[in-house]
Amino acid sequence: MSPLTTRSRSLAWGLSLLLALAPAALRAQAPPPPSADGSTPEGIQVPKPPFSEGIFPCTNCHDGKTVKLNTQRRQLKDMHEDIVLKHGPASRWCLDCHDAKDRDKLHLVSGEKIDFTVSYRLCGQCHGDKYRDWRVGVHGKRTGYWNGQKQYLLCVNCHNPHSPHFRPLKPLPPPTPPQLIQGTKGGSR
Amino acid sequence: MTDELNPRGPHEPCDCEGEGSRRLFLGTAVAAVAGALTGCGKISREEFLQHNFRELSKDEVNSVIARLEQEYREKYGKEVHVGNEPPLPGVIFGYALDLSRCVGCRRCVYACVKENNQSRDPQIQWIRVLQMDKEDGVDLQHANQYYNPEEVPEEGHFYMPVQCQQCSNPPCVKVCPVGATWREKDGIVVVDYNWCIGCRYCMAACPYGARHFNWGEPHVPSADVNPETHYLGNRPRPKGVVEKCTFCIQRTRKGRYPACVEICPTGSRKFGNLLDPKSEIRYILENKRVFKFKEDLNTKPNFFYFYGV
Repeated sequence: MSPLTTRSRSLAWGLSLLLALAPAALRAQAPPPPSADGSTPEGIQVPKPPFSEGIFPCTNCHDGKTVKLNTQRRQLKDMHEDIVLKHGPASRWCLDCHDAKDRDKLHLVSGEKIDFTVSYRLCGQCHGDKYRDWRVGVHGKRTGYWNGQKQYLLCVNCHNPHSPHFRPLKPLPPPTPPQLIQGTKGGSR
Repeated sequence: MTDELNPRGPHEPCDCEGEGSRRLFLGTAVAAVAGALTGCGKISREEFLQHNFRELSKDEVNSVIARLEQEYREKYGKEVHVGNEPPLPGVIFGYALDLSRCVGCRRCVYACVKENNQSRDPQIQWIRVLQMDKEDGVDLQHANQYYNPEEVPEEGHFYMPVQCQQCSNPPCVKVCPVGATWREKDGIVVVDYNWCIGCRYCMAACPYGARHFNWGEPHVPSADVNPETHYLGNRPRPKGVVEKCTFCIQRTRKGRYPACVEICPTGSRKFGNLLDPKSEIRYILENKRVFKFKEDLNTKPNFFYFYGV
């Protein structure tokens, strides 16, 4: 084992010790895994899913009391009207992916409930080729250490799940043509 | 003689030698000559007498690094660390760039400039992004590096970033008359800026336009200087030497990804150890459609282009 992994392992131990010693009150109010960067059950390091500010946990509102469950397909008016659904067939809608009973989870076609931190499993149901490439580090981005701990970006860190097409970017400035660089060649400086 | 030895351009007029007696001059020891010369020139006696990096003993490397760090401290008013990590055993670096994903946003160009202390003025950039027509494929005659639309990618175009291809058979190394550039064991082609004489043969030999010359005194604002450097990589360069991409040697030899890999918003850039069968790079080489740029020149790059979709 390389010294790097040993170090990160001991770091992880230290962290878990710290967490265990943290005040019980703090632990009680902490939401489940999605709250922080962390590793998924498979040990894949992922960043926090890109929730809109203050929107998670969803059960703050969708607790079955404040907002009653309504499985009717409809145009949303009171909330989430900013979400433009442009993902696959027009028949797709919220509860295809979001779980109606446990709003802090997503669900797979099989009905299995999953956390937002492993949303890639949900995406992988249809985008199998991309999922396969992502798992081996070809699709998507990894940061960190090429020979050690890596952080993966989740699908949703680059693709808005509601309208996944990659958004165009403003390019940074083009290089200065050589004839314009000439003016300062070894000159003033 | 002295001008030939001095890699920093013309020898400036000297007023410290007074009478200039030829006999006196000849009688002086070489070191003393160098010392006297450097009293008028810009480089120190130690720098003038420094050998090729590959010939230095451990102690000499340490004293060279100490001297450079002192120099940078005075120039930039902050601590700059100059490392000299050797190649990692069992590692040959490979790089792959996904042409089907690159959108030509140039984030990599500027991340590289920042990480590697490239001169801001006169401008030096190690990565060039070429815009090409999808219709024509890779056609260098009609490639455009000055595109500047509101948004990229533009319809009907694709983008091909070009930087040093870290050739296994590097023409630039072959032509260097002084051995100031060489290929390290991990496949990185490096330059000893203190040994480079600035003849630019390597630039003429490189078919990728990957080498860049410091025509003027490189200028990097002190606040923007990246203090984590490597002797053979991103340490601040003097005027009159050639520089190039080193796969971020200061990062990759410590296990980190290069700066361009970490900044790319589309994840088009892949990096890893070619000798590790489980690496991302090996997966790409074994499973994707891959090509080498200008393969017919037999430069044998360790930089690959591929189509991820």
